[in-house]
Amino acid sequence: MTAWLRHHRRAFAAALGKLSAQKSAALLNSLVIGIALALPAGGYALLSDLRALVGGPSAGAPLEPSLTVFLRTEAKRPDIDALAQHLKLDARVRDSIFVPREQALKELQATEGLGEVVAALNRNPLPDAYVVRPRSREPAGIEALASDLRGLPAVAHVQADAAWARRLAALAGTARLAIGLLALILAFGLVAITFNTIRLQIVTQRDEIEISKLVGATDAFIRRPFYYLGALQGFAGGALALGLLWAGLAALNTGVGELAASYGSSFRLRFLGPADALAVLAFASGLGWFGAWLSVSKYLLEIEPR
Amino acid sequence: MISFSGVAKRYPGGHEALRGVSFTIEPGEFAFVAGHSGAGKSTLLKLVAAIERPSAGAVLVNGQNVGALKRSAVPYLRRNLGLVFQDQKLLYDRSVFDNVMLPLSFGELGAREAARRARAALEKVGLSAREKANPVQLSGGEQQRLAIARAVANRPAILLADEPTANLDAESALKILEIFSAFNQVGVTVLVSTHDEALLGRFARKVLRLAQGTLAP
Repeated sequence: MTAWLRHHRRAFAAALGKLSAQKSAALLNSLVIGIALALPAGGYALLSDLRALVGGPSAGAPLEPSLTVFLRTEAKRPDIDALAQHLKLDARVRDSIFVPREQALKELQATEGLGEVVAALNRNPLPDAYVVRPRSREPAGIEALASDLRGLPAVAHVQADAAWARRLAALAGTARLAIGLLALILAFGLVAITFNTIRLQIVTQRDEIEISKLVGATDAFIRRPFYYLGALQGFAGGALALGLLWAGLAALNTGVGELAASYGSSFRLRFLGPADALAVLAFASGLGWFGAWLSVSKYLLEIEPR
Repeated sequence: MISFSGVAKRYPGGHEALRGVSFTIEPGEFAFVAGHSGAGKSTLLKLVAAIERPSAGAVLVNGQNVGALKRSAVPYLRRNLGLVFQDQKLLYDRSVFDNVMLPLSFGELGAREAARRARAALEKVGLSAREKANPVQLSGGEQQRLAIARAVANRPAILLADEPTANLDAESALKILEIFSAFNQVGVTVLVSTHDEALLGRFARKVLRLAQGTLAP
């Protein structure tokens, strides 16, 4: 166990030594990896912001279709209860939330840029409402539910945002897929970069590898420093990608801030959360490790006598 | 200790380096493999260390069939062998001391014990004073002695040397063989290949004589 730990420590130190011995080459490689990773990571961050912007921070699942059922202003408590009962019994309704008119007014007041407008009103013009989430995501089903609800006596108006929600969800889904594909393609690139770097490193250490094998080094012993080298380079690339992303978002945010301020919003593009940032680092390190694995395996197989 | 029975080695391309080679070397024995270049001396030694695999026959080292050894078991075989090559195969990017440390870094030894063994090995070949030097600064004979120090650092039971004296003057060559004899006297089995008949005459040892891949009687 202690020998195993010692071997790993030595391999790690050797890999660090190689990186620092070839600072400029290592930096350039990491930069290439960093730029390649910054693109999908940036896309992911922007998509998260878009979802937050559309759904609002309080909306649990902002991109799900929902119906807003506005009651007549003259509707009384029994009417409201009857509607609640109806919604509960309708199998097409997943759930519904009652939004009393007082709460709706408060929310409107809290909305940026509308506070003063609401304050200027001398009475609450808003009706009571239900926010209904249907089971179906199909526009036809949602439309049918909406028109049935419109027929109820207490209901003044039903607003179905199904089509809009669907379009947005489809758009977000497509964007996510595109980012995924981009990440996949660039992951291949990253593996190829590491593969090549490690191959060059192996060429410069060919004698050492050959002699080590002759005097009794296991393949694992020979592989280890290269694994660390690949993973470290990937990690450095991941860290650079996060740095580039942070700088890019900061630059964009000066413009976004002004734009949002003109709408009375304090919206800003947000950096990746800690879990996402860690995932980028782990992903980059893992791919670097994989590239090194491919490269060393290929070489060890080549020199194996038949 | 080392036993060949009916061993043949045919290289890809059809060259037949060894044919029907059978012999046995007892534990603690010192033997030469003699013959002209191309007679198959290097191939024979490579088969012992599993650097090459036999095309036919069995190569036994310590009772282990080396020819059938799994790839993952080969390093452990080599740790029990000391290998010395004609071209020394030293690493010129590190000191004399670090060259000897190389085979000690794979095993279970702690850094202090490994350093102690490396120094002991250098002392046995008379290179203690040069441990900080780069191998490039050493003479041919000293480089070969360094290669021997590296080979014996792990205290192997068997020492294999392929033409260790080929590029050396007579005096240095004699010194190398005296070092091998000293290891043999403490129980190490030694197998040395050479094409130098004069050298064979000076050491009365068992000689395996190879000619065109077969063992002369």
